[in-house]
Amino acid sequence: MGFFNWITENQQIIYIVVLMIFVGIEVIGRVPSVLHTPLMSGANAIHGVVIIGAIIVMGRAEPDNYLALILGFLAVIVGTLNVVGGFVVTDRMLEMFKRRKPKH
Amino acid sequence: MNILTLCYLLASITFIIGLKMLSGPASARKGNLVAAAGMSVAVLGTIFLYRDDAGQRLGNYGWIFGGICIGGLIGTLAAKRVKMTAMPEMVSMFNGMGGLCAALIAIVEFDHFRRHAIIVMEGTTASGMLIPVGLLIIILLGLIIGSVSFSGSMIAWGKLNGKIKDRSFKGQHLLNLLVLLAIVAGAVYLLFCFDLSLMGTLFYLILGLALLYGVLFVLPIGGADMPVVISLLNSFTGVAAACGGFLYDNKVMLTGGILVGAAGTLLTVLMCRAMNRSLANVLIGSFGGGNTVAKSGE
Repeated sequence: MGFFNWITENQQIIYIVVLMIFVGIEVIGRVPSVLHTPLMSGANAIHGVVIIGAIIVMGRAEPDNYLALILGFLAVIVGTLNVVGGFVVTDRMLEMFKRRKPKH
Repeated sequence: MNILTLCYLLASITFIIGLKMLSGPASARKGNLVAAAGMSVAVLGTIFLYRDDAGQRLGNYGWIFGGICIGGLIGTLAAKRVKMTAMPEMVSMFNGMGGLCAALIAIVEFDHFRRHAIIVMEGTTASGMLIPVGLLIIILLGLIIGSVSFSGSMIAWGKLNGKIKDRSFKGQHLLNLLVLLAIVAGAVYLLFCFDLSLMGTLFYLILGLALLYGVLFVLPIGGADMPVVISLLNSFTGVAAACGGFLYDNKVMLTGGILVGAAGTLLTVLMCRAMNRSLANVLIGSFGGGNTVAKSGE
């Protein structure tokens, strides 16, 4: 019973998960092997959305809750590292990919 | 009309389009920028427009902007300065940071629920579920997957750096399996135990074991196979991020996380295929590293 209730209550989220699994697989299905590493790096930057969770944790932390303040702050820093560093490094990879291509 | 919902929808679409463009040589660079733009919209929207269930705005703006400035500065400098040959290890490092972020969120949220549970206990005499089990499962998943991804990525980073050598010993298979079993057993026990202090102890024990598992998982895998492992850990972090989406009922975290989780898993398989090997061969066959190197060299 509990299981069915859970599915009914969360059906929206479950639909998103199922559909996104197929979208994720379909969307990169034909990637050429030269692009494997840049694609990995780009996907790495995209999962940096976890930063939003860190911002919410930080923004909701009560002033006297030091655990939430310190860990939340740390989470915002490392989350930003993931997002910003991820996108910049991907851009650099693709830049050198582009530069090399006309020579061949 | 809620503008933030629109921001999140827009960001989710840019993630899908960005990934699509990233998998074609002509559009790849633009695809990266599209996803980055969507990410900025989602982050800025969260900072300025987010309201929790009670309609409360976010506070601690100083901390948030401080953290973003520090992280953004270090991230940009590190990514700009890294040598072209060292880029995969940089990706591994950033991936580990994402995993750490997910694990930290899980720790804070667990602490929050524990405090909340105490208040409930004092108010009522009912001894039932103190914490909604569904949410607890999500928090635990985020913690475990995030921690494994973090410590595993750090080891992968060290290996590509040459700072950490391949290490394997007899019975490593068994030890890994035991650690994994201990994590699962601990997590299941935690779900059904109603003693708050025991729950806390178990939670941090699981955290430690998950970190250990990440190390044990990557340590014996040969340095040449690291890109495959990083890709796998990348998809792990995606799933950990999606757990955050479940937790906050945040659709963009969910979409982005699952998208990367699925695409990353397929990419891992494709990478293995490009090397003419199976994923199992990379992960398991590499125990006793020299063996596989010889095999693939033939």
